Amino acid sequence: MALDPNTIAALAAHLEDAELQRREVTKITDDHPDMDWADAYAIQDAIRLRKQARGTRITGLKMGLTSVAKMRQMGVTEPIHGFITDYGAVADGGEIAIDELIHPKIEAEIAFVLKRPLAGPGVHIGDVLAATDIIVPAVEVIDSRYKDFKFDLKSVIADNTSSARYVVGGRARSVAGIDLKHLGVVLEKNGRILTTSAGASVLGHPAASVAMLANMLGAKGREVPADTLILTGGVTEAFLVERGDHINVRYEHLGSVSMHFV
Amino acid sequence: MTQTLHQRLGERLYQALRERKAIAPLTAEYPELTIADAYRIQQCMIDRRLAATGERIVGKKIGVTSQVVMDMLGVDQPDFGVLTSGMVYNDGAQIAAGELIAPKAEGEIAFLLKRDLCGPGIGCADVLAATELVMPCFEIVDSRIADWKIKIQDTVADNASSGVFVIGDAAVDPRRLDLTLTGMTLEKNGQLIGTGAGAAALGHPANAVAWLANMLGTLGVTLRAGEIVLSGSLAAMVPVAAGDQLRIGLSGIGSASVSFI
Repeated sequence: MALDPNTIAALAAHLEDAELQRREVTKITDDHPDMDWADAYAIQDAIRLRKQARGTRITGLKMGLTSVAKMRQMGVTEPIHGFITDYGAVADGGEIAIDELIHPKIEAEIAFVLKRPLAGPGVHIGDVLAATDIIVPAVEVIDSRYKDFKFDLKSVIADNTSSARYVVGGRARSVAGIDLKHLGVVLEKNGRILTTSAGASVLGHPAASVAMLANMLGAKGREVPADTLILTGGVTEAFLVERGDHINVRYEHLGSVSMHFV
Repeated sequence: MTQTLHQRLGERLYQALRERKAIAPLTAEYPELTIADAYRIQQCMIDRRLAATGERIVGKKIGVTSQVVMDMLGVDQPDFGVLTSGMVYNDGAQIAAGELIAPKAEGEIAFLLKRDLCGPGIGCADVLAATELVMPCFEIVDSRIADWKIKIQDTVADNASSGVFVIGDAAVDPRRLDLTLTGMTLEKNGQLIGTGAGAAALGHPANAVAWLANMLGTLGVTLRAGEIVLSGSLAAMVPVAAGDQLRIGLSGIGSASVSFI
């Protein structure tokens, strides 16, 4: 760790205030170029503790930067992780107030709930499939607190990987008999198809994302808990949304998820 | 444009195909060329090919089925080309890249028809009812127009940029599938380079086949039982060269592989 506890606490307050007050900030590595990966996650953890102290419940975990193409483009080999909150949950078909967010983007995801915890090292796709209770379709609304999306990886981790809102819908399924690698996804905005994709867009296989999360947390003496929603990362790229947009995502075997931006 | 000119341009395209030597866009020389002219030129090119090679027609391909490509070419509907017996390869095929000019690969769902389809009035349900099996399929498109500098009229005249196609390893009754949501992965040399789903082809691959049946209906042509129809690319097309290995996987259907030597 390169930053002292006071700086960590100050940066956590800075970024969480930006989120809660819908205020753009410049990337924190501008002022703290020596900050390391442990610092970035320490800031995220401090944000989580601030929320929990206020009575916010942490409802799950999320993975970010899971697109093979994006990782190659940014020259990294590991995705990043963050958490989701009770106030971030939006019911399927619900409304999301644009005014509560800075510059929201949506991405379609496949979410997992485990029936038993998983901790690395050595967790693989097979372990994940065996430990999975259900998979459900989800749409994540990400909202970077950084001005014009100008950030680097450490700044994003500290900013809780742009976590903002999420919608879970469709139907829950067990993984048995479902080909997650090839599971098709169709993303529609206002009745028009924006993109189509398949599960493999997430680290080659959505379960690989959960395995990687278990290994990343295991390395820190933590685990992926049971009965907790895990957003595995975008099956599609992220698309900007505006007031009035209606989003509908259809998933092979899993139904659909929709929401309205007001 | 006269029939003589259609024939002359069809001949020019056929010679470009035969000699693997790309030519300038027809629209550069004939800016007034219409899409209707282009289909007549395509017909002349195919007639010339069948007469010269003894090949037979085995099916059709539908192109320009995604909104992105339609916008790129400034059109609001797909196009089609004719597939001949000389274009057929099977799963795992090795294709000599040197026999093509500037090949690109597309992953698609192929329809094998068990009944004739003749527009007008053909819908998605008619297509599904008339389909025996669907299969994974690589379409290797190629352009006889130099550097793919095509307008819609150029590609239509050039048989919708058809090259060859590779039929995959499995065939499935479409009644078992939701083709809109059938996911596809595309890998090149072991790396995932594209994903998509059936909706990428006109919202549903069978919509593309219905469009074709209706379009052919206006020309007095029937899609025949036994013909194969390539319904349109589900992911962005990728350039290929000698040494490349490609694979697509389609949810609930199967896979197709091809390598270029």
